[in-house]
Amino acid sequence: MKEKEYRYASAARTGLLFLEGVPGVAFGDRVVIRDRHGRKRNGQVILSSGELVMVQVLEGTDDLNLDDTWVRFLDQPFELPLSPDLLGRVFNGIGEPRDERPPIISRLRRNVNGEPVNPVARAYPREFIQTGISAIDGLNSLVRGQKLPIFSGSGLPHNRLVAQIVRQSRLLGEESRFVVVFAAMGLSYSDARFFREDFENNGVLGNVAMFINLADDPPIERLILPRTALTAAEYLAFDLDLHVLVVLTDMTYYAEALREVATAKGDVPTRKGYPGYLYSDMAEIYERAGRVHKRHGSITMVPVVSMPSDDITHPIPDLTGYITEGQIVLSRELDNQNLYPPVNIPPSLSRLMKDGIGKDDTREDHPRVASQLYAAYARALEVRNLASIIGRDELPDLDRRYLDFADQFEQRFLAQGPDEDRSVIQTLNIAWELLSLLPGEVLSRVSEADLARYHHWEGNK
Amino acid sequence: MKSGRIIEVNGPLIQARLPGIANGEQLRVGELGLTGEVIGLDGERALIQVYESTEMLRPGEEVVPLGHPLSAELGPGLLGGIFDGVQRPLRAIMETAGEHIPRGLALPALNREKRWDFTPEASLRAGQEIRGGMVLGRVQETRAVEHRILVPPGIKGELMELAGAGSYTLEQPIARVRTPLKGIQELSLLQRWPVRHPRPYARRDDGIAPLLTGQRILDTFFPLLKGGKGAIPGPFGAGKTMLQQQIARWTNADIVIYVGCGERGNELVDILESFPELTDPYSSRSLMERTLLVANTSNMPVVAREASIYLGVTLAEYYRDQGHDVVMLADSTSRWAEALREVAGRLGQMPVEEGYPAYLASRLAAFYERAGRVDTLGGDSGSVTLIGAVSPPGGDFSEPVTNHTKDIIQTFWALSKSLADARHYPSVSWTESFSDAVEAAARWWSREISPEWQARRAQALDLLVRAEELSRIINLVGVEALSPAQRWSVEAASLVREALLQQSALDEVDSYCSPQKQFALLDLAMSLYQRGGELIDSQVPVSALLELPALARLRRAKNSYGNEQLDALARLKEDMQAQLDELAENYGEGRS
Repeated sequence: MKEKEYRYASAARTGLLFLEGVPGVAFGDRVVIRDRHGRKRNGQVILSSGELVMVQVLEGTDDLNLDDTWVRFLDQPFELPLSPDLLGRVFNGIGEPRDERPPIISRLRRNVNGEPVNPVARAYPREFIQTGISAIDGLNSLVRGQKLPIFSGSGLPHNRLVAQIVRQSRLLGEESRFVVVFAAMGLSYSDARFFREDFENNGVLGNVAMFINLADDPPIERLILPRTALTAAEYLAFDLDLHVLVVLTDMTYYAEALREVATAKGDVPTRKGYPGYLYSDMAEIYERAGRVHKRHGSITMVPVVSMPSDDITHPIPDLTGYITEGQIVLSRELDNQNLYPPVNIPPSLSRLMKDGIGKDDTREDHPRVASQLYAAYARALEVRNLASIIGRDELPDLDRRYLDFADQFEQRFLAQGPDEDRSVIQTLNIAWELLSLLPGEVLSRVSEADLARYHHWEGNK
Repeated sequence: MKSGRIIEVNGPLIQARLPGIANGEQLRVGELGLTGEVIGLDGERALIQVYESTEMLRPGEEVVPLGHPLSAELGPGLLGGIFDGVQRPLRAIMETAGEHIPRGLALPALNREKRWDFTPEASLRAGQEIRGGMVLGRVQETRAVEHRILVPPGIKGELMELAGAGSYTLEQPIARVRTPLKGIQELSLLQRWPVRHPRPYARRDDGIAPLLTGQRILDTFFPLLKGGKGAIPGPFGAGKTMLQQQIARWTNADIVIYVGCGERGNELVDILESFPELTDPYSSRSLMERTLLVANTSNMPVVAREASIYLGVTLAEYYRDQGHDVVMLADSTSRWAEALREVAGRLGQMPVEEGYPAYLASRLAAFYERAGRVDTLGGDSGSVTLIGAVSPPGGDFSEPVTNHTKDIIQTFWALSKSLADARHYPSVSWTESFSDAVEAAARWWSREISPEWQARRAQALDLLVRAEELSRIINLVGVEALSPAQRWSVEAASLVREALLQQSALDEVDSYCSPQKQFALLDLAMSLYQRGGELIDSQVPVSALLELPALARLRRAKNSYGNEQLDALARLKEDMQAQLDELAENYGEGRS
């Protein structure tokens, strides 16, 4: 089978190549295609019957003809060779070098699709990661092994935020830093360069494995790229015991590539033309984050999802939110006020925060302070709405305090420099300065003891 | 049945030539021995869905029929366990194969070596006529739950021999029965049941007792009955999983079956790690002793996800038939429906709404119909309560799964994004939720807790709805436009929201609220509202009421006083009344 090359495809369209009468081809088999110029393309079998074999061509079917296209079935799935030398390198979607250095040679190769982790083998993520960013550490804490996406929009500073997270993330009381697996799907050249330079300037390039598919690279390759990158991440985390931070950017381009192929295959379209299996497909990627019992390493995932027309109910952010353990949502309104990082607090959430903060992890009052800040800010936003209708002067005294609270919260708590690395204690102290703008009676989410210890109400001044 | 050969592989769906095979039959597929199920026939071609990844499977490989439909293994050893959607034992798989789930690994669901202490039913004698559903004997499965070994449904005949007290493995015979049609049959602690068929019972009854969850917004405001069907729809981040876990923790059912259907792996880990440490408030035993998990997480093969719901409800019915009250939580039925959609799409079936097949509504209805309180074949009474989470895309409740579910269920706990955004948890909306079970629940509350319950509940709901309207006015013209009575309503509603509806799952004191404490808090808030209203009618300003020290105490009462401190709540009520009386007197004197 391996030696045989087949010619005369029966059809080629929108990334799919069809061959008739090739018996016994395995589903998911890796395929190498030679076109009439002798150039090599990669493909994968996505349907196999005695009569018809359907091959998805990663580089697309442009410029293929039916007669002079040779197809070889490798009788093996897509595999990635694994070695510690992955770090410091740049690859394409199937793990071939993009940095003009030799390919990785290793006897250890793994199927890029991985195998689902047995839920029983998972260890619950609960170690607080300090990102140095108040909006995250204080209100939406990240823990090791979590998948926490950034929901963004075109033109919003998600790249800057991701770079800051990569730079500053650390575990309290531990020296070891994260190694980074950077997976870029459909990224523009300038964005790719931004990350590369940022890693370089911070001297971490040697600790980063990059898998890059640029905006002008073939879109179908984006379907396999995150799987390849995560296979590398799993190796680094669970074979080499490293703590891995995986950045996937941008999952929206991934999903669009999936839709492109699904449409070509004739799959039944659901919301906005995306196939019904978009959820399961994305889950296969996101669920590869986590921790496993008896393994020291971990995979923490920060995917970037840009929301088409800032719509959080669009299928891509929507289904992502159902799979990931929370989301950090960026706000155009705050960004327009030049506030960085423009984190939209009400819809942002970290589901795993509860087990990573508090007495033994950050500080005893942290869970209640976070809940109180959320509640007070939500109330303050309501008041701000009201003030925009009836004017500040018409408001009762308490409501005016809430207005001040909202302004101060945004200016002092949310806003910080792209290089400003705050400790979580600093973050909590700022939180209490803000809560001290409000009288203790309305702060029902914190305890009496918290109030006595941290609340400095100066009354009516 | 003869084996056949694969003709086509298309993702999780394959075709094989298998003349004479029946729909629903189980198969071993290919050299790896994957498990599959026939879902359609087309001449000699069988359409087969495979529960495992079909990667590297090829036309020409063998397919072997197993001669039975997808069936659950039933017997001692289920509780405390965790199984995948087709009942493979995930703990045993980890011991055998490590941290990943390999393909084609067929392990029996229940441990065949473990011995169980069996006590035969004292009243049974050899020669006696027995029939399906009768209790043969008992096994203490966990310290919290007694497992009754039943004659399997469909068996009827003369008991020839019943084993004495002793320890038996699952497959050792414990009884022999002479049946008229099938001759002598041996019964053991283990039996099987096809998961897609409801288990039989003698008679169906209406629910009479509420399923208590310790959550005020559910128990007090939108009750669900034991044997009822409920749904929790909500957009992501609204707290569906948290609420389901709270129900699993604190419900007064005997058995909890939690089906993680297409959801996050870490959520099941959370249960696996936390439940053994938590104590059931009713039996004082570890929660894991009454809990059983079915886990088909989102990254596990999609077809087994479809089966997981049926497996879960079959296990629930099995314990119901032993006379237990069982709750099954399905998180999430939307993922189940999507699995249905995916298979339908690959079969080329005509999509109707949002790509879902036309039979979505009937499948959903048939699933929920397996809930109910019944008289069992053995003459006992048991119930299955079904609670399904729904994950509507974009939080849009008009989408097909939410919409059809709403028509079927009795209690609808709608989660609201805006409440969750303000960290008001549980984020159950009091305007969109409903319960058809209030009348039946009221009989229980009135008998067990207080005759005032129904009136107080109605009063509180009415207040909340009215305050909602008033806040629309405030948003247009400001609070000054309201009359003092209206302002008092707004303030009282905000008190109800804070002191009653919000309940933190993470707060040790408040995570579980007993029905007695629920009513005490409700009664406190409502009597304050009522008496306060009277004072306002006699010219007491709202601000004076808001400054009452008792009011601040009431706001924190849920966390300050535990379930056993009802006397403290009674004292708070007295203090509050005294303060209100004093206020009335002061203002009465001021006027005269």
